[in-house]
Amino acid sequence: MDLRVANLAVARGGVTVLQGVNFTLPSGRALVLRGPNGIGKTTLLRVIAGLQPAIAGTVTGAGEGVAYAAHADGLKTTLTVAENLTFWAAIYGEQVGDTLARMNLAELCDRAAANLSAGQKRRLGLARLLVTGRKIWLLDEPTVSLDTTSVALFGDVLREHLATGGSALIATHIDLGLEAEVLDLSPFRAKLSVKNGAFDAAFGDGFA
Amino acid sequence: MIALLIRDLRLAMRAGGGFGLGLAFFLLVAVLVPLGVGPQSDTLAKIAPGILWVGALLACLLSLDRIFALDFEDGSLELLVTAPVPLEGVVAIKAMAHWLVTGLPLTLLAPVLGVLLNLAGPGYLWLVISLALGTPALSVIGAFGAALTVGLKRGGLLMSLLVLPLYVPTLIFGAEVVKRGAEGLALATPLALLAGITAGAAALLPFAAAFAIRINLR
Repeated sequence: MDLRVANLAVARGGVTVLQGVNFTLPSGRALVLRGPNGIGKTTLLRVIAGLQPAIAGTVTGAGEGVAYAAHADGLKTTLTVAENLTFWAAIYGEQVGDTLARMNLAELCDRAAANLSAGQKRRLGLARLLVTGRKIWLLDEPTVSLDTTSVALFGDVLREHLATGGSALIATHIDLGLEAEVLDLSPFRAKLSVKNGAFDAAFGDGFA
Repeated sequence: MIALLIRDLRLAMRAGGGFGLGLAFFLLVAVLVPLGVGPQSDTLAKIAPGILWVGALLACLLSLDRIFALDFEDGSLELLVTAPVPLEGVVAIKAMAHWLVTGLPLTLLAPVLGVLLNLAGPGYLWLVISLALGTPALSVIGAFGAALTVGLKRGGLLMSLLVLPLYVPTLIFGAEVVKRGAEGLALATPLALLAGITAGAAALLPFAAAFAIRINLR
């Protein structure tokens, strides 16, 4: 199912950061979100994931079909790798299958998540995507703390996901080796003119 | 949903899960009160129902902020909100898990501690019954308080202040059941009210708590 975003405006902490965002993400394709820090990449992903409401505009096609991977991996440190993944698989009503092997975690499956390195934790967090069975992946800086081998591994997993009809919306600055369109968010940066307008109205032209 | 219950129980049992915290607190209260009040057995028997219920209530309060705060910190609460499970159900399951690791053990331990406080003979049965009926309400109301304060740094104090007034009816009717039971009086009214509070809280508060979590995660 296509993900369509039309004339979307999103706010962080009560301040509108992006407005007029338009794009369509067809199945089988990936779209990379670019833009400087603070432009609102994470906020945009959270709105599409349904975690916060949009200020204006519409998101269609997201519904129950998205899997969201945030900055935090949602791991329980006292549970083992396998237990963590099995839990999420059960929540989504899916099977773990060969997911651990695909993310190169099979050797670690009985270790407590507390004993994993940052990159291993990230791999486990990304492995969760595979057990959601969802078609649309919303990825927020998925490659943070991954080494080059793991980035390549995740790139392969992503390509396979796209090849099987999935799609991905990715906020990243790293090249994942995908044939992905790039959407630069800078032109959609919200204008702060409202604030200045109020200032001018209150103090007039003479106050400078 | 069952997976969530199993996960929460497993987390509570593992190291650092805080399983024994409430029990240890309850034990301390029941041991220290006789030392503070003095050994007059009739005085102790008189205050035993109230002390046991206050002790159980405070022991329950101790672990409330863990219900959602830990899941919020590691990001799993956000992921649960985006998962295909109703958030109201998540709240209800987590409240149930909280009751299984605090309320239920407190209920089972209470008769033993009743001995320390010289609780009158017929009171033991009613102590267990009233705690079994009343502590689920403490967990559900507590989950609601935890949901209201999720995301706040050091929200524990605010949560205690929010939750304590809501605990008062449960405490009054719960202690009243034990007191009347110990004295052999009719106790149908406070018992029915206690059960009513639990049923009402369990039916309504998961919806309110889910709503609060959705707002707090924005």
